[in-house]
Amino acid sequence: MTLKAIAIKNLLRRKGKAAFVLAGLVIGVSTVVGIISFVEAMTNDINHKLEKYGANILIVPKTENLTLSYGGLSLGGVSFEMEEIQEAELARISTIKNSQNVAALGPMVLGVVNIGVHKVLLAGVDFKAAEILKPWWKVQGVLPDKNGVVLGADASQVLNLTAGNRIKIKNRDLVISGVLHATGSQDDQLVFTRLDTAQLIFEKQGRISMAEVAALCKDCPIDAMVKQISEALPGAKVMAIQQVVKGRMETLAQFKKFSYGISGVILLIGSLVVLVTMMSSVRERTDEIGIFRAIGFRKRHIMNIVFIEAAIVSGLAGIIGYFLGVGGTVAALKIFSESHSGYVPFSLELAIGAVLTALTIGLISSAYPAFTAARLDPNQVLRAL
Amino acid sequence: MNYIVAENLVKKYGNGETAVSAVDDISFQIQEGEFVGIMGESGAGKSTLLGMMGAMNAPTSGQLIVDDLDVYGLNQEKRADFRREFLGFVFQSFHLVPYLTVIENVMLPLTVVKTKKKKKRSMAEDSLTQVGLLGKAHRLPSQISGGEKERVAIARAIVNEPPVLLADEPTGNLDTKTSQEIMQLLRHLNGEGMTIIMVTHSPECAGYAQRIMQVTDGKLVEDSSKIRKIEKWPKREIENETLRNQKRMQVAGSLHTG
Repeated sequence: MTLKAIAIKNLLRRKGKAAFVLAGLVIGVSTVVGIISFVEAMTNDINHKLEKYGANILIVPKTENLTLSYGGLSLGGVSFEMEEIQEAELARISTIKNSQNVAALGPMVLGVVNIGVHKVLLAGVDFKAAEILKPWWKVQGVLPDKNGVVLGADASQVLNLTAGNRIKIKNRDLVISGVLHATGSQDDQLVFTRLDTAQLIFEKQGRISMAEVAALCKDCPIDAMVKQISEALPGAKVMAIQQVVKGRMETLAQFKKFSYGISGVILLIGSLVVLVTMMSSVRERTDEIGIFRAIGFRKRHIMNIVFIEAAIVSGLAGIIGYFLGVGGTVAALKIFSESHSGYVPFSLELAIGAVLTALTIGLISSAYPAFTAARLDPNQVLRAL
Repeated sequence: MNYIVAENLVKKYGNGETAVSAVDDISFQIQEGEFVGIMGESGAGKSTLLGMMGAMNAPTSGQLIVDDLDVYGLNQEKRADFRREFLGFVFQSFHLVPYLTVIENVMLPLTVVKTKKKKKRSMAEDSLTQVGLLGKAHRLPSQISGGEKERVAIARAIVNEPPVLLADEPTGNLDTKTSQEIMQLLRHLNGEGMTIIMVTHSPECAGYAQRIMQVTDGKLVEDSSKIRKIEKWPKREIENETLRNQKRMQVAGSLHTG
């Protein structure tokens, strides 16, 4: 006979009360687990989408001028002749704290050229980096070599040129290797060539007009990366591309705060359920606690029995609560996130956290009932003596 | 040698003019191996007195010495240890734990004793053998009769081999035949050297005691310690006696050193 055996036998005898405590804790724990895993899954989903959005940080030369364009309508004043960034300086980005989060770095040189009677913006880009920075690009034809260009969809239409045609830019004979599918962005109006080719055409070897960075920021704050790059490139202006995704992330953060607040309230209610039920259980058992005390159990032995009971039920509630919470998340994702696969990976930290939370709440809520039980006066309880 | 010494025990409930004396200046000595019956009307204070002797009801004033230990000089936790090692309790209403089997109920006092599980079980089986209930060791209290419940309560009280057994109306809920069996059992335990103090209403049960203490209105009005002495009860084996004394000396030592 051990204190643990007494606790287990009492739980089995009072199944209804044990089930009530279990239910109270399971609801609390599963809600918290559900909310945490749901928010985590949604965050992962958004991060995954963020990666598809391509570049999310822009590096441009510092300027005092204001942009004179709005909604695609340019009123002049945007000068590409202003200060430029030295291409070699970009290497410093690999030294920033969150350099491992830099998925791609795309330097770009821009300039205006004449093709026929048209003035066109020619962009020299790193096509390898562009695969990550502009994953939505689809080329009809092939990517160009050092003597080739790719036309944006609108440029192809306006210039009336297509893959296989040849053009002359500043006395250089270039072949159109492909045409981009329409993207709905400014890229449609540009002519793209390799970075080194464009630098030769504009005589800007070793210099670039701007650079795009794709930062995978699942575990890093994008603002911190912007700050780090700014410090690495003091001569450049570094901007985070503020997009809908960021807004969504902020909404998610607000939802997270609200949900954690709700979880806290639910856990509090769960702990009150445990407290009330354990108190009632102790009151029902005054006779046997009196016997235990009369035959020589110390106060701590009585408290141990109550704590063991609480620990068994709470531990079980933690395990059940975790799986119910994750199950609820899978169901919620199917309803609320059409693009999500509904798969929620097993998280050991969350599972351990769920069990520890349940244990903590169970034990803290049982402290007062345990203390009350231990303080019972055996003489008063038994009265017979 | 006086094993239990009560000196001017007083127990009052309430304060000031409304205070009621349940026990009023009672003094007595009990020798080791005595079988004492405490008799009195309902409300006379006999159960309060037994509670005080059981280290569960601190006197308002006075002193209780058991085996040279000032019982109420010990703190509450030490008093719990004292109850476990020195006293066995038999309650009127059995007070068995309903969800534990007979043998588990008997093993209860051993739960918090550091002894091997096998040894505890063996001690419980010995105790059940003494009360003749080993065959019903795995039944629940609800599956045995009233007399058997009382036997289980006695087995639980003696499993730890305490030197003193306190019994409160041990036959109060039993028929005459079963009462006689229980009293024979108590007499047998006393014959093995156990000091027994029993509260009872019944003159028949009191007849089994060597000494009767009559309590009226909280006062000890009669102490018939010279009534009779039964000589033919079996004696404990010398070896067991020595072992038990050694154990008690150890426990007493630990309680003294605190």
